[in-house]
Amino acid sequence: MPQQQTSLTESIGRLYPHAKPILPRLARGLVCALGASLMALAIPQVLGALVNETLKVDGDGGAVWAAVAVVLVLGALEAVFIALRRQFVIRPATTVENQMRVSLYRHVQDMTVAFHDRWGSGQLLSRAMTDLNLIRRWLAFGMIMLVVVALTILIGITLMLITSWRLGLIFLVASVPIVLYGFRFRTHYRIVSRLSQDQTGDLATTVEESVHGIRVLKAFGRGRQALDSFTEQAEELRATEIRKARSLATVSLIVSMIPELALGLALVVGVLSVADGQLTIGALVSFFATAAVVAAPVESLGPLMAMTLTAKTAIDRHFEVMDETSSITEPEHPRPVKHLSGAVEFDNVHFKFPDTPAAGMDLLNGVGLTLKPGETMALVGITGSGKSTLLQLVARLHDVTGGSIRFDGTDLRQFSTSDIRSHVAVAFEDTTLFSSSVRDNVLLGAGEQGDEALAEALDVAQAHFAYELPDGVDTLIGEEGLSLSGGQRQRIALARAIAAKPKVLVLDDPLSALDVGTEELVTERLRQVLEGTTTLIVAHRSSTVALADRVAVLQHGAINAVGPHAQLLATNEHYRYIITSLDDEETAGQDPDEVLS
Amino acid sequence: MSTYSGVQDEDNFLLDKGRSRQVRRRSLRLLGSMIRPVRAKFILTIILVALSQAARVAGPAIIAFGIDHALPALRAGDNLPLVMAGAGYALAAVAVGVLTASYINATARLAQTMLLDLRRRVFRHTQRLSLEFHEKYTSGRIISRQTSDLEALRELLDNGVNSLVSGAMYMTFTAISVFLMDWQTGLLIMLAALPMWFLTRWYQKRSQVAYRASRVASARLIVHFIETMTGIRAVKAFRREKVNASRYEELAEDYRTVTVRSINLNGIFQPGLVLIGNVTVALVLLAGGFRVLDGGLEVGVLLALLLYTKRFFQPVDQMAMFYNSFQSASAALEKVSGLLEEVPSVRAPKNPVALSGAAGHIKFDDVEFHYGDGPVVLPQMSLDIPAGQTIALVGQTGAGKSTLAKLIARFYDVSSGQLTLDGVDLKDLSGTDLRRAVVMVTQEAFLFSGTVAENIALGNPGASQADIEAAATAVGADEFIRALPEGYDTDVNKRGGRVSSGQRQLISFARAFLADPAVLILDEATSSLDIPSERLVQRGLQTLLGNRTALIIAHRLTTVKIADRVLVVHDGKVAEDGTPDELIAGNGRFAALNQAWEDSLV
Ligand SMILES: Nc1ncnc2c1ncn2[C@@H]1O[C@H](COP(=O)(O)OP(=O)(O)O)[C@@H](O)[C@H]1O
Ligand SMILES: Nc1ncnc2c1ncn2[C@@H]1O[C@H](COP(=O)(O)OP(=O)(O)O)[C@@H](O)[C@H]1O
Ligand SMILES: [Mg+2]
Ligand SMILES: [Mg+2]
Repeated sequence: MPQQQTSLTESIGRLYPHAKPILPRLARGLVCALGASLMALAIPQVLGALVNETLKVDGDGGAVWAAVAVVLVLGALEAVFIALRRQFVIRPATTVENQMRVSLYRHVQDMTVAFHDRWGSGQLLSRAMTDLNLIRRWLAFGMIMLVVVALTILIGITLMLITSWRLGLIFLVASVPIVLYGFRFRTHYRIVSRLSQDQTGDLATTVEESVHGIRVLKAFGRGRQALDSFTEQAEELRATEIRKARSLATVSLIVSMIPELALGLALVVGVLSVADGQLTIGALVSFFATAAVVAAPVESLGPLMAMTLTAKTAIDRHFEVMDETSSITEPEHPRPVKHLSGAVEFDNVHFKFPDTPAAGMDLLNGVGLTLKPGETMALVGITGSGKSTLLQLVARLHDVTGGSIRFDGTDLRQFSTSDIRSHVAVAFEDTTLFSSSVRDNVLLGAGEQGDEALAEALDVAQAHFAYELPDGVDTLIGEEGLSLSGGQRQRIALARAIAAKPKVLVLDDPLSALDVGTEELVTERLRQVLEGTTTLIVAHRSSTVALADRVAVLQHGAINAVGPHAQLLATNEHYRYIITSLDDEETAGQDPDEVLS
Repeated sequence: MSTYSGVQDEDNFLLDKGRSRQVRRRSLRLLGSMIRPVRAKFILTIILVALSQAARVAGPAIIAFGIDHALPALRAGDNLPLVMAGAGYALAAVAVGVLTASYINATARLAQTMLLDLRRRVFRHTQRLSLEFHEKYTSGRIISRQTSDLEALRELLDNGVNSLVSGAMYMTFTAISVFLMDWQTGLLIMLAALPMWFLTRWYQKRSQVAYRASRVASARLIVHFIETMTGIRAVKAFRREKVNASRYEELAEDYRTVTVRSINLNGIFQPGLVLIGNVTVALVLLAGGFRVLDGGLEVGVLLALLLYTKRFFQPVDQMAMFYNSFQSASAALEKVSGLLEEVPSVRAPKNPVALSGAAGHIKFDDVEFHYGDGPVVLPQMSLDIPAGQTIALVGQTGAGKSTLAKLIARFYDVSSGQLTLDGVDLKDLSGTDLRRAVVMVTQEAFLFSGTVAENIALGNPGASQADIEAAATAVGADEFIRALPEGYDTDVNKRGGRVSSGQRQLISFARAFLADPAVLILDEATSSLDIPSERLVQRGLQTLLGNRTALIIAHRLTTVKIADRVLVVHDGKVAEDGTPDELIAGNGRFAALNQAWEDSLV
């Protein structure tokens, strides 16, 4: 994952645009927080004054009532300030958190498929949940407290200096090592807190995989190994957390010990000065009274600094994702999609995955293919030849790295992606069903169409079983719903592509999980619907190829031949090699090309 | 009282009284069971906190000593008390620092040990739970249990011990001082406990509901997030971005609302406690003030009492924070403990029958099966598969082939009847023995992130690199693997996104090859392969199968023909049973299937 060094202020600065609308509220919150700590400080003073000044034996009962009233008012004020601080700050802070969360989601959703191949869902999730939570807390609490604490310390030290410059100076000098150590702490803590947050995300990714891959783990009885490697990872996280704590412990040690040591020295010096007559006892007492008040904020510096650094890490991690740009860009002036005829043209298409070595040949190395409007084209090729990749280019899930794909003569990058995708429907090899009803799953890309489209699509895909599910087509399926067999899922996914009634239909091996009988029925019906829809269909079996008007053979990254099935069978060795089955092993034999190469 | 258990009813946060108490107990039991193994550390941490608190108290006392005694002594020419005071103060300072640092360390160790323990427990338990459970409980929920729920617990553990112990100590010591000085005032302070108790009760009830709601909302948000990221290709292809985003926005707003609600409750609770404290101070002043007027109390004593009273309530803030995170963590643990309470429907036997070196004889005896409380999928299945036989299962999609296969792999238990391997009921086999004997490869070839070699090695963690390569070569995967940028060490990315789905199938095939089981089940394991690759796999298969029992589910009759015996499954029953040639010669379904297939051939 990309990681660049940014300073604390830079990182926090990035929060500014998000926090800007709530700055006035934060300011009010700060005032209240100051008010509350002022009250907390004032109450003992006022009590002292009241008791000493107004109460004496045989005095006036009214004075007592007056004092009680004053204390009540101050006490209520303290509570009110606390309540107000929360009122001012918390709701707006959650709003900021929420906005950032939603915009992260939107952003991630818009990122390319390649991005998602790289980023584990757990990593993204931890940024969407934990990190933003940390940021919110820092905004609503950490930041304000840091200011309050700093002000309190500043005022405290000033008072101490005024009381006795000599003793105050001792205290002030003691802060030098604290500040110096603070820098070291910052560097160290930043590294461990980053590590801990990253490891947390990776751990979530592991959990996610272990759950999605549960069948494999069970089938091979590898629960133990999975647990072991999870444990290892969790132990690493634990070690990091303990390192983090050690770092915090050291800073707390310094922050609580050094000022106290200074006070010890001040005690000796102070008593000596009083003995010398250079200082009054009153001043000495008042010096230590102030020091006692300052002690708590000084001690809270460590945790607050840690919180701030954690928040910084969270901010960095957030913007790391937000800074990723999608390589699939929208054109500035998208062409309006009028009536596409459905002609699709691959013109010298090159494609290479970003993480493959630059040296080798492109995966798609100059694909040239023209689909006439309404034509059904089968795409065949051996496993790994790039069929699925080529298909995904049509829906612009990836961008070509060279050449172009044109719809009716216009490069598809000149349309908006959403327009393109509304005219291209895909059935993927790996069927993804969403947690919703059969109806919603099938009508996912169907726009306004209703039951009729649903019925037709289910019929074409031979997915009549849907009506027999417990709640018919309203049965919940997908992760949160009923489990279906592989063939059933594939048919729902096929129905979904059909129901979208696209201009261009892209089917990636859509019948692989179907038995021969069902396949035949689907093929039959498909043939009728495909009339008038430009279709590109990946096929491994000759029965599927039979659907197509023409067949394109993909080999070594290029279309090696195009033509009707029978013609290719007669003229193309590679095609024969791919499509002829086991029985004719003797005739098929080795692929001549492969033998040559 | 309702009889829910486990994760049932998990999304309900408005629980009736009995149920609420039940889940809360469950949650506390879990917390207790986590503390038990670390009792010693726990106590040590408490002691450290207590000591550091005590060292803190020493400071002001030494200062008082310095001013009251060392100063007069110094004036009298004796500087020893001053030296002692200075040294004592320095010592206390060091003690405070060291003790603080050590309890921070100790707390972190304690918290992290408990978290690790719970993480592992949840992980192990979810791995142990049956597929039936996983099919209903989404992955997103498990992730949310493992992440945001544990996060809530972590917050409690990080600061809980410290705030609770130091707060409680502080309050106890102060209260004792007050009592020693003036018992009437002590009683007055105790009186304050009453409104505090009511306020806490109120807060407890409300925050329980609020935090439960917050757990539910966050789980929903996570489930949606994970589902989107998992299905991102389909999301994009069908332009679900807008709909998804508005759904997410809704869920995020729900989450925000419940979060704000719980924070707001705390926003009443905390200042409420402060207010009660301050009112108590005023009451002490009132009562004490009149006693001063009567001459029953000295002014100095009253002042001290007032300051103590004020101080007594100082940690209330901390305690409120502790209680707040306790409530939040308890709600989270309610969910986690529910998950842990789930019992695997496929259970490990108490006294497993040992089975080393299985032969692979499988027998279905009057087996009936239905998923959960669904309709019967396999009615009255009786089937005898001798060891070493290669069986092809054919039939329409939805006929029950995979179900049959999954029963042999014991993904589910039969609903009635008996299923045996080498004469031993599968239910009596230990997981290890069963998995060594039976391996199943499914159509959804799932790869874990990691290298190709690691993924193959899943079949046999002890395998050497040479074994791995041999397995890959046997299924014809070697060639493409070597062509990958880093060969066997290429990272396949999340879920194997780096390789094509056919390649994924090859890798999982190699995995099974390496596992070398007595019974191999292939459920459409070659469906995404092209014919030549499939041919290679079959060659490998034929050498692999040798004297192994194999169950092959395939739609391509080419694959079927290598079988010794074909079973045609229809509506959960075996409709035909015989050698491929026998069945082709007959006029049943298989013959028709074969005909259809021949017709479709070139
Ligand atoms: N996300 C990816 N990153 C890098 N390489 C990939 C990625 N996806 C697929 N590949 C590689 O591209 C090649 C073609 O894959 P694919 O188009 O899925 O093949 P198929 O023709 O079987 O559908 C394969 O060799 C595969 O390893
Ligand atoms: N996990 C499941 N939960 C509930 N029903 C299921 C589950 N898996 C499959 N079914 C149902 O059981 C029947 C048989 O499915 P399956 O054995 O997968 O068929 P196939 O012969 O295609 O492999 C189907 O009606 C299917 O909907
Ligand atoms: Mg493919
Ligand atoms: Mg199946």
